Amino acid sequence: MSVLTNIKRKMFSEQATPYVLLLPAVIMILIVVLFPLIFSLYTSFTGYKLTRPDTLFKIVGFRNYVRIFSDWDFWVAFFRTVGFLAVVINLEFLLGLGIALLINKVTWGQRTMRTIMMFPMMFSPILVGFQFKFIFNDNVGILNNALQALGITDAAIPWLVDGWLAMGAIAFAEIWMSTSIFAILLLAGLFAMPKDPLEAAQVDGCNAWQTFRHITLPFLMPFAYIAMTIRSLDVARAYDVVDTMTGGGPAGRTELLWTLIARTGYDSANMGMANAMAYVSIILSIAFTYYFFSKLVAARRYMGGAQ
Amino acid sequence: MTEVSLQQVVKRYGQLEVVHAIDLEIRHSEFVVLVGPSGCGKSTTLRMIAGLEEISDGKIVIGDRVVNKLPPRDRNISMVFQNYALYPHMTVRDNLGFGLKIAKHSDSEINKRVEEAAEILGLGMLMDRLPAELSGGQRQRVAMGRAIVRNPDVFLFDEPLSNLDAKLRVQMRTEIKKLHKRVNNTIIYVTHDQVEAMTLADRIVIMRDGHIEQVGTPLEVFDHPVNTFVASFIGSPPMNQLDGKVIAGEGGENQIALADNITIPVPNRAKAHVQVGQYVIVGIRPDDLTPKNHGMKDSGETVSFDLTVSISEPLGTETILFSQIGTKEVQGKMLNPRPIEGDERLNFNLSLDRVHVFDASTGQNVLGPHHG
Repeated sequence: MSVLTNIKRKMFSEQATPYVLLLPAVIMILIVVLFPLIFSLYTSFTGYKLTRPDTLFKIVGFRNYVRIFSDWDFWVAFFRTVGFLAVVINLEFLLGLGIALLINKVTWGQRTMRTIMMFPMMFSPILVGFQFKFIFNDNVGILNNALQALGITDAAIPWLVDGWLAMGAIAFAEIWMSTSIFAILLLAGLFAMPKDPLEAAQVDGCNAWQTFRHITLPFLMPFAYIAMTIRSLDVARAYDVVDTMTGGGPAGRTELLWTLIARTGYDSANMGMANAMAYVSIILSIAFTYYFFSKLVAARRYMGGAQ
Repeated sequence: MTEVSLQQVVKRYGQLEVVHAIDLEIRHSEFVVLVGPSGCGKSTTLRMIAGLEEISDGKIVIGDRVVNKLPPRDRNISMVFQNYALYPHMTVRDNLGFGLKIAKHSDSEINKRVEEAAEILGLGMLMDRLPAELSGGQRQRVAMGRAIVRNPDVFLFDEPLSNLDAKLRVQMRTEIKKLHKRVNNTIIYVTHDQVEAMTLADRIVIMRDGHIEQVGTPLEVFDHPVNTFVASFIGSPPMNQLDGKVIAGEGGENQIALADNITIPVPNRAKAHVQVGQYVIVGIRPDDLTPKNHGMKDSGETVSFDLTVSISEPLGTETILFSQIGTKEVQGKMLNPRPIEGDERLNFNLSLDRVHVFDASTGQNVLGPHHG
C-alpha cells in the first residue's frame, strides 16, 4: 500500500512529468528502431540463414565482414552505386537548376508549374520502374518503336540488356522521378534571393553569366545541399526502380548495393551476410550525408547576411 | 571630367508615366542630391542613370557617351544601395575587391586598392568577416568601400542612410561629405530626408510626381523656394503657409490681409508682382516669427502682432512655439528660451523681407522661377 502510493507520488511529481509523458514515445522507438538495429547488428556476426533458424545462435565473429571485403562482386556493386549516385545527383542538380531558372523567369502560372513538377514524385517508384521497363523494352518498347518508325535506327537497341545502356536507362528513370526535388528547392532559393546583390553585381561590372556564377549560384548552393542530402540517401539505397527494370541483371551488370543485399538476404537466405553488407553500405550513406550536411552548415554562416 | 546630363528623360511602366521629361545638368565633381517624398521618381531617375532601369524616352549622357543602351557594367559608375546589397557569401575583403576581380586587375593591384579603401573607411579589423557578422553601420561602410575601390566616374547613392539609426545617420553623413572632399568624383545622391539634402548637397534637385520642381544650392532653395511645395518640403520645422488677400492700404501701400484681422505690408521685393484683390499664400519660416526680445535677427523691416501660444517645445538652444492664425497652425521660434505657461499671449515680430508670397491659385512664387 505504502509502496504503491510512493510510486504514485513519484510518478506524478513535477520533475517526473516530462519523462512520464515521453515514455510511450521512447518505448515505441525502442521497439521499432533500436531493437531491430541491435538485432540486425548481432545477426551480422552470425551465420544466420533464414531457412535454418538455429543458425541465429551460430556466432562467427567477423567472418561475414572479412568475406565481404574480399568479395569482388560486393566491391563492384559498391563502386557502381557510388558512380551511379554521383552521375544521377549531378544530372538532377543541373537539370533541376535549369528548370528552376526557367520557371523563375515565367511571370504567371508559377504555382501550377510547381505542382505539375511534383507529379513524378507522386508515383510509386515500383510503377515508375515498370513504366520505364516497357518504354525501354527492346521489342515492344515505345522508344525502340519510335526510333525505328522515324528511321533513326533499323536494329532494336538492347536498352535493358547491354550493361551500360541498362545503367543509363535506370539513371534516366531515377532522374525523371526526382529532378523536381532539386527544381523545387532551388526555385524556393531563387524566390528567397534578395535582388539588391544582383544589381550591385551588375553595377560592379558583371555580365549575366558572371552574376549567375558569382552571386546567384553561391546563394543557391545551400538549397542544393539540402536536395543533395535527401537524394544521396535515396539513391544510395536505390532498389525498387533497379529491381523492376533489370533485377540487377543482365548477369549482375546493373547490380547496386541494395539489390545485391536483397539477393543475398532473401534469395540466398543468407541474412547474416546481408546484414553485414547493409552495415557497410550504411557507412556510405552516412559519409555522403555528412559531407553535404557539413557543406550546408558552412553555408548557413552567411545566409541572411544580404540585408 | 565627368558631367552627367539628363535630357527630356521619361520613364514609363506600360501606360503609367512616372518620370516626365526631366532635364538636369550635373557638373564634374559636383555633389547633387535628388530629394522628394516617396513615389516622386527620384530613385527611378537614379536607377536609370545606373542602367538598372531602361530609359523610356530622352537621353542620358555620362561624360561624352550617350549611355541609354549601355548595360550598368559599361557605364563606369558605382552605386551604394539602401539595403547595402553586400554579397552575403563573401568576406569584407572579397566584397571590396569583387568589382576589381571581375575587371581582371592583378592581385597586387586589387590588394593595394582594397587596403586603401579599408583605410579610408576604417574597415581594417573587419576584413575577414562575413556581412552577416557586421552591424548596420559597418555594412554601410563596406558598401561605400565597394563603391570607392573602383574609382568610378560617378557615384550613385540610393537612400544609403535610411536603414541606420539617427545617431549613426548623422555620423555617416559627415563621412560621406568627407569622402566626397577626398575623392572628388561626381556624386548623385537620392534621399527623402531634406536635412540630408541640405547638409550634403552642392545642389539640390527637388522632385515631385515625376517632375523636377526646383534645382539650386541649399541656400537658394531655402531662401527662394519657387512654389509652396518646395517651401514646405525644405526646412524644418516647415514653413508656415497662410492664406491672404492683397488689399489697398493707406498711402498707396498695398497690404496683405491674413485671418484674425492681421494685416502685413506687402514685402518690398514682391510689391511689383501682386495686384489688389489677388489671393496669395504667405510663407513664413518659424525662424522669422519670434516674440519680441527673444532672439530677433537684426534684419530690416519688421511688423508685429499678437498671437496666443498654446504649446511650446523646448529644444535647448531654441523653443518652437505653436499658435494659430485663423484655422491654420503657425509655428514660431524663441531663441532665448524661457518657460511658457499654457495659452500665453505674446507680441511677435515678423521680419518682413524674409516673407515669401505665392499665388494662391498656382502655388508659384510671385517672383517667378528666376530671382535672386
